[in-house]
Amino acid sequence: MPDEKDPNGKNGKSVGLVDRIKTGVKEDLESLKTDFPAKAKEQVELLKKPSKTQVFLSIFRHKHDDTPRNRALGVLSNVFLHLHPAKINRDSVRYSYTWGMGGITFYLFIVLTLTGVLLMFYYHPSKVQAFRDVLYLEHDVPFGKLLRNMHRWAAHLMVIAVELHMFRVFLTGSYKKPREFNWNVGVILLVLTLLLSFTGYLLPDDQLGFWAVTVGTNMARATPGLGNEGPFAPKFITPYNDVRFGLLGGSIVDANALLRSYIWHCIGIPIIASIFMILHFWRVRKDGGISGPAAVVLDSEIKEAKK
Amino acid sequence: MDWKQLWEILSAADNVPIVAMIPLLAFYMYLAWKQAHANDVLIEQLAGDAALAKTHHRKAWPFQPGWAKEVHVWPFLLRIEFLAAIIVTIILMVWSITLNAPLEEPANPNLTMNPAKAPWYFLGLQEMLVYFDPWIAGVVMPTLIIIGLMVIPYIDTNPLGSGYYTWKQRKFAIGTFLFGFIILWVSMIFIGTFIRGPGWQWFWPGQTWDHNRLIYEVNRDLPDLFGITSNWGKGIFGAVVVGGFFAVGGLAVHAFFRRHNPKDYKRMSLLQYSILMTFLLTMLGLPIKMLLRLLFHIKYVWITPWFNV
Repeated sequence: MPDEKDPNGKNGKSVGLVDRIKTGVKEDLESLKTDFPAKAKEQVELLKKPSKTQVFLSIFRHKHDDTPRNRALGVLSNVFLHLHPAKINRDSVRYSYTWGMGGITFYLFIVLTLTGVLLMFYYHPSKVQAFRDVLYLEHDVPFGKLLRNMHRWAAHLMVIAVELHMFRVFLTGSYKKPREFNWNVGVILLVLTLLLSFTGYLLPDDQLGFWAVTVGTNMARATPGLGNEGPFAPKFITPYNDVRFGLLGGSIVDANALLRSYIWHCIGIPIIASIFMILHFWRVRKDGGISGPAAVVLDSEIKEAKK
Repeated sequence: MDWKQLWEILSAADNVPIVAMIPLLAFYMYLAWKQAHANDVLIEQLAGDAALAKTHHRKAWPFQPGWAKEVHVWPFLLRIEFLAAIIVTIILMVWSITLNAPLEEPANPNLTMNPAKAPWYFLGLQEMLVYFDPWIAGVVMPTLIIIGLMVIPYIDTNPLGSGYYTWKQRKFAIGTFLFGFIILWVSMIFIGTFIRGPGWQWFWPGQTWDHNRLIYEVNRDLPDLFGITSNWGKGIFGAVVVGGFFAVGGLAVHAFFRRHNPKDYKRMSLLQYSILMTFLLTMLGLPIKMLLRLLFHIKYVWITPWFNV
């Protein structure tokens, strides 16, 4: 026996396609009326708590209630902040101990990178255009003068900050065991900072840069053994193959020197400096965080190693 | 007194950093001295009171038993870093709005700038060119400075004063560094920036930069003063004088170091001690050579066919 209620059965009343569509559409319209207001209400509730959305949770991996755990996670689960430990010695945050000079140096490096990249958009490292580009930058590019000024002064500030950082590290004896190696990395970074600043000096292609670089590279002429005017130089060292020639890409400060200076300034040294900075920061953590302020040690407490 | 000249030098855009650095350095030296003094007082107090030394938290800053020894980086450190970044940005902005970066005429190899100065942080080395040949001032000295800085952690065997400011526990190390940094590096930069004028001649602050000034200085070599004329004689004489400086100076430093730093002296290996001596005597030789030149008009001490010192 076929089911009597089967709408398509022989005994039941057959329902036409049109009717089926009609009821279907009716149901759909009914659901619009009932489901959507409910969903909308739900949605409004959800929007009130954006931190519960999937998008938010996919970006931020932890909750933000003010708990010690979340404070720690805020630092540790952030790629830019995770160089910090979660907690530090209460006295380490004292400005009077660190002077903040290492951090300021790094911040100035970031400022210099940003302003430097913007300057690169307007600058051609060629004898024909370099000086004109600087004039153009100063007089026609919106905020161009401010951009160049900021790059220049940030560079000078960075040299000052590096020297003061080194001064502080020395005065607090922070180069002592186990931080000897990191002090050396720091010395290399000091040299790289000076070289960065010096290579940038030539780029405006004005009298100031030209003569400063001429004076500077003339000293390379006198390199013992490798400069054509230096002591102990073999006979085959001439002005056309000595170390100064290698630095300038020629025997005078000219187009090649400008290009070499530009590439060292914008690409070569920043990459090398970045690698050493990574090493420097990593070693700060690995060597036990910043050196102090540590508890004072008395002379009588030092145990002399037996010889 | 030429105030206009003085103002021109002080306000030259590229000299502003070094003008700014001097008060900054004075401030930070004061800050360091203040903390070193506080620590030295504490060290003396603890050294005289064994019971206190066992219970004291050993910092010059206050600490109470209930206080946490550590604080969260967020917010206690990050807010300081954030503030520092903002303050530096503001300083940089104001500086950049008020003072323009220098731009001279287009580079012209046929028109020599007078004086032609290196950037301010290299002026110490440029000043050295007055007293030494370019290969020493421009190549050997920078190399020695870099290597000298790098060996510091390996020759300073004093375990005291690691991680806090102090003067009494590290007199020798700090004294030497201050001499090298303040006297040799910063004041040479100061001379190069503010004193040296056209022709790299000595102009006192406020003296007009006279481009036509000629100074009739007769600089003589040390062997000439002793009437030595032959090349061999000059070479041997110079070697004896320079060697004598290292021998006598070394003995004097040895006598001083052995007496005043007996523990460090005992701790140091022969290699550490010789490296310390070499760098220290070379560093001391610098102002001696400068004074020989400035006071006695002596150009070279040691003359050989290959190099002159």
